[in-house]
Amino acid sequence: MNDDSLEVRQVTVRFGGLTALDGVSLTAPPNQVTGIIGPNGAGKTTLLNVLCGLVRPESGSARFAGRELLRLRPHQLAGLGIARTLQGVGLFGGLSVAENVMVGATCHARAGTWPALLGLLRSDRDERMLRARAMAALELVGVAEHADRMPGTLPYGVRKRVALARALASGPRLLLLDEPASGLSEQELGELGTLISALARDLTLVIIEHRMDLMMSACDSITVLDFGKVIAAGTPGQVQADPAVTAAYLGIAADGGEAGAGAAGAGEGGAGEDGGRPGGPGGPGPAGGGAR
Amino acid sequence: MQEFVEFTLGGIASGMVYAAIALSLVLIWRGTRILNFAQGGLAMLTTYLASIVISRTGSYWEGFAAGLAAGLVLGAVAERTVIRPVESKGPMNAVIVTIGLLIFIEGLAGIIFGGQYRSFPPAFSIVGLRIGSFSLGISRNDVFTAGAVLAAAVILAVVFRYTPVGLRLRAAAFGPQVARLLGVRVGRVLTLGWALAGLFGALAGVLVTPSTFLYPNSMDAIFVLGFTAAVIGGLDSPVGAVVGGLILGVVLEYVGGYLGSDIVPLFGLAALVLVLMVRPSGLFSAATTRQV
Repeated sequence: MNDDSLEVRQVTVRFGGLTALDGVSLTAPPNQVTGIIGPNGAGKTTLLNVLCGLVRPESGSARFAGRELLRLRPHQLAGLGIARTLQGVGLFGGLSVAENVMVGATCHARAGTWPALLGLLRSDRDERMLRARAMAALELVGVAEHADRMPGTLPYGVRKRVALARALASGPRLLLLDEPASGLSEQELGELGTLISALARDLTLVIIEHRMDLMMSACDSITVLDFGKVIAAGTPGQVQADPAVTAAYLGIAADGGEAGAGAAGAGEGGAGEDGGRPGGPGGPGPAGGGAR
Repeated sequence: MQEFVEFTLGGIASGMVYAAIALSLVLIWRGTRILNFAQGGLAMLTTYLASIVISRTGSYWEGFAAGLAAGLVLGAVAERTVIRPVESKGPMNAVIVTIGLLIFIEGLAGIIFGGQYRSFPPAFSIVGLRIGSFSLGISRNDVFTAGAVLAAAVILAVVFRYTPVGLRLRAAAFGPQVARLLGVRVGRVLTLGWALAGLFGALAGVLVTPSTFLYPNSMDAIFVLGFTAAVIGGLDSPVGAVVGGLILGVVLEYVGGYLGSDIVPLFGLAALVLVLMVRPSGLFSAATTRQV
């Protein structure tokens, strides 16, 4: 065990009049898979963007291994051992698969931009080190045989894995995955679940995902966001049984005195402007295929 | 036969100068989607500097080195001071800023150096080479011109292809946001791109000026032809820039030789308009196919 936990405290983000995140707190302990779920527009990706320095929060703090993240600029994260994948794929179209993954490892090239230009010999050593790291990462996610292809020529599922390999190539201690399962087939989903569990043995893992079957099986704990607020948190079983969560997904107020009921009620009030809330009969459970 | 060989070889020599300008434009276009209209003006300035150093020290090579170094520095300075503030405001703003920069530089050169034509020495003899009684139509200096640009282009290609710096340059060109998340300091990489562009512009200036004389507008016509070469090559491809330069150089030499030198500038502009109308993405556009 180590102290590589991610601690998010009271993060609030406003875009103009819209409150995207409202006092969000969560803890992602090391060597565990922490999931973040919630209906569309709940603020999940915004939260990830805050952690990456792409969005400046109005207030709050986020610490990883005791280090404050919210004042950092995006390019500094890799050096701190934080890697992220993007919704979709986001590979560099003009670079080969291996080169894409090498960019992920580039924070380990010792020579900076200027010295490297002057010392091409050292550059050569760095280049081989990057390539070795990239191949190891591709090996780990099982797509090493595509190393020399261009990303555009590969099927979507393979590209997703390459994007994951690129994040892993930096040797992260905290890995943030934004919808890693979107667009994957059932079989690929199972493989991804296995891979995620294996990865979590060595690092702190945070996943945003709509595919509830994956989240319920892969996550150790889940935090549920709705309209920028945390409405539930706990083990997958606890979250699944929480009436506030069901309410948020179905867009109706929950019965009973749950702490989250008020938030769910507020969610209902705003559901009209959300442009039709997706919802399935099974809520967020494994049968909730509608919760996309 | 004799004429054909002369025109072809002469075209290759002048085509390599257009290729150098084209490369400088491509370097900036790829990274920032900005077309640097000030590139010719910067090259004119560095050639003046080279001219001054040559007359002070009496050494052509010291002037040559000073010109190239000044190009590197001027490119970086232009990006940091003039372009950086408008970079986030859309490429069109920056393009207009480069036009303003061109007018400023040429005005400044007029004030400092005056408008009169100055001669600029060639590196080697400009006496035509011949094999036996067969004239090749090119001089030792033409061979040096072509060789110098070719060498610089090969070094550039090696840096781009085989070094971590080149990897970062390409990654930042294809996806600056993603590159930033992977720890690439995109700002620095852009500055480096402009510096390298300045270097290629300066190289073109020093190589072409012996045959055009040096005055504040001396690079204008060369810039237009270099721009045409870049457009022929597709603006996105360094290889395309070199091939575009060679095609343009050889064709213009044939036009000048067989049809008369008066229509060469006209033909150059007509070629630019034609390519922009018929194949705006360049003759090598297959390489820039985009995923939709």
